[in-house]
Amino acid sequence: MPRSEEVTTEIISAPAPGPIREAVAARMDPPSVRWALIATCFGFLGLFLLLPLAAVFVNALGKGVEVYLRALTDPEALSAIRLTLLTAGIAVPLNLVFGIAAAWSIARFDFAGKRVLITLIDVPFSVSPVISGMVFVLLFGAQGLFGRWLIDHGIRIVFAVPGLILATTFVTFPYIARELIPTLQALGSEEEEAALTLGASGWRTFFRVTLPNIKWSLLYGVILCNARAMGEFGAVSVVSGRIRGLTNTMPLYIEILYNDYQFSAAFAVASLLTILALVTLIAKGIVEWKSEAEVPEIYKVPAEEQP
Amino acid sequence: MALRLKKQSVLPGFGLAMGWTLFYLCLIVLIPLSTIFMKSASLGWGGFWRVISSPRALASFRLSLGASLIAAAINGFFGLVVAWVLVRYRFPGRRLLDGLVDLPFALPTAVAGIVLTTLYSQNGWIGSQLAKIGIKVSYTPLGIVVALTFIGLPFVVRTIQPVLQVMDVGVEEAAASLGAGLWQTFRRVILPELLPAWITGITLAFARSLGEYGSVVFIAGNMPMRTEITPLLIMIKLDQFDYAGASAIALAFLIVSFSLLLFVNLMQRRQDVAQALR
Repeated sequence: MPRSEEVTTEIISAPAPGPIREAVAARMDPPSVRWALIATCFGFLGLFLLLPLAAVFVNALGKGVEVYLRALTDPEALSAIRLTLLTAGIAVPLNLVFGIAAAWSIARFDFAGKRVLITLIDVPFSVSPVISGMVFVLLFGAQGLFGRWLIDHGIRIVFAVPGLILATTFVTFPYIARELIPTLQALGSEEEEAALTLGASGWRTFFRVTLPNIKWSLLYGVILCNARAMGEFGAVSVVSGRIRGLTNTMPLYIEILYNDYQFSAAFAVASLLTILALVTLIAKGIVEWKSEAEVPEIYKVPAEEQP
Repeated sequence: MALRLKKQSVLPGFGLAMGWTLFYLCLIVLIPLSTIFMKSASLGWGGFWRVISSPRALASFRLSLGASLIAAAINGFFGLVVAWVLVRYRFPGRRLLDGLVDLPFALPTAVAGIVLTTLYSQNGWIGSQLAKIGIKVSYTPLGIVVALTFIGLPFVVRTIQPVLQVMDVGVEEAAASLGAGLWQTFRRVILPELLPAWITGITLAFARSLGEYGSVVFIAGNMPMRTEITPLLIMIKLDQFDYAGASAIALAFLIVSFSLLLFVNLMQRRQDVAQALR
């Protein structure tokens, strides 16, 4: 076959740049294998992703646009939407400040126990949502650690809005820090050191040098954190006490509607959260594309190193 | 003290940033989590063991572990195929599929729960077809596997993709030119390179499935001893104000989750070392 000559000259050193590599890769597998794999991929993702996605909107709009809009403008639906926005509106900024502080200390300084700290930040990811909610019931519930004291002082945390916010904050705790730490590490501190030696204050350096450099991964972290905060179900389910109209976020309201056999209404509210999920995915795509386009020249592979 | 633990740096703000990080970490994560240990300790060893080894708890452990394992295995196989296709081939719709892989991360679990239950119930789009051949999915353990497969779907794909992207195609080409067949090349050349990332992805999917609650409670039917997953059992014990019992089961569950986290960390460190040596 004539291909061997041209190929061998191209693949002596790796990794070869994109288009050539793809051409080589595509020629490796016989068409039958290639099409079988592509068909499997479409089949699996179609069954598990596309079909559920379509089903949300078909079920939501199945009884007409009027029913759909009425379900969304129901006072209870509106109060669930408001509570969801409030919860995310408090949990996300809290975790944003934490994410910046954690990334600054981990990516800019060397200290003992850094690995342990990184692992601890990840802990909420590996805790079941139900357990995440439960710990706040153990702390602030009627029979919890501070339960007596709270009752005596007439403060409600669990089965009330503060509990929802705490549980949501716990569940979304690592998102922004995890995005920022690798970005800051990859950037290096030369620019900040330069700003400082030129006389800029610490805060000025942060706002003028650091923040512009990390803005895309910051935004990405906020988007992910927000999506999880608005969609969290298990943890808030434990701390909500399911008081109608008072402690229902959108996911909890969906559960109530669904268990009441109000399927169209449940899917109508679900469709809003699905749109949020799709917007999150699109925003993720845009941010990835933007941050790739904005990689400073020095971080790109020099042209002469490419074969 | 801080000076000895920390190397000197010209950058400011270590005290403030580190102080806030530790304070917030303790306040939101560590102190709340420690209550589980305290509450289960109040039971003593005997009491703890009695709760953990009760038939209902054991049945829930078996179901949660078994269903998560099957779901992780399904994702292990299809995730590999999906990652391979998305990295190696160019076809219309590729970017769309690639973007959609993250849907289970972004879609609230309650939404996933009701839509999967509806799809697989006996008059749903898929359920009605399966009912013809006598397979029932919603409200059975099979339904739990379906929900957990959906939840764990992105993990294997997203851990394998970057490894495949930087993999040296030349080695495969060399293997092929030396007469290796397709399967042999895959098993001897590609698989060894992919293995750490593959295992990491499967473990992550497994760990995520273990704790999953939202999508499962809708599709499972929640019958004690048969379709009651461990997170649901914790929830039920909390509703009955059996805080100590709930903590004991949660603690057993946390130990499994943290072991998995530790395992993944070790795998990743080994992978980093292997890459540094190359």
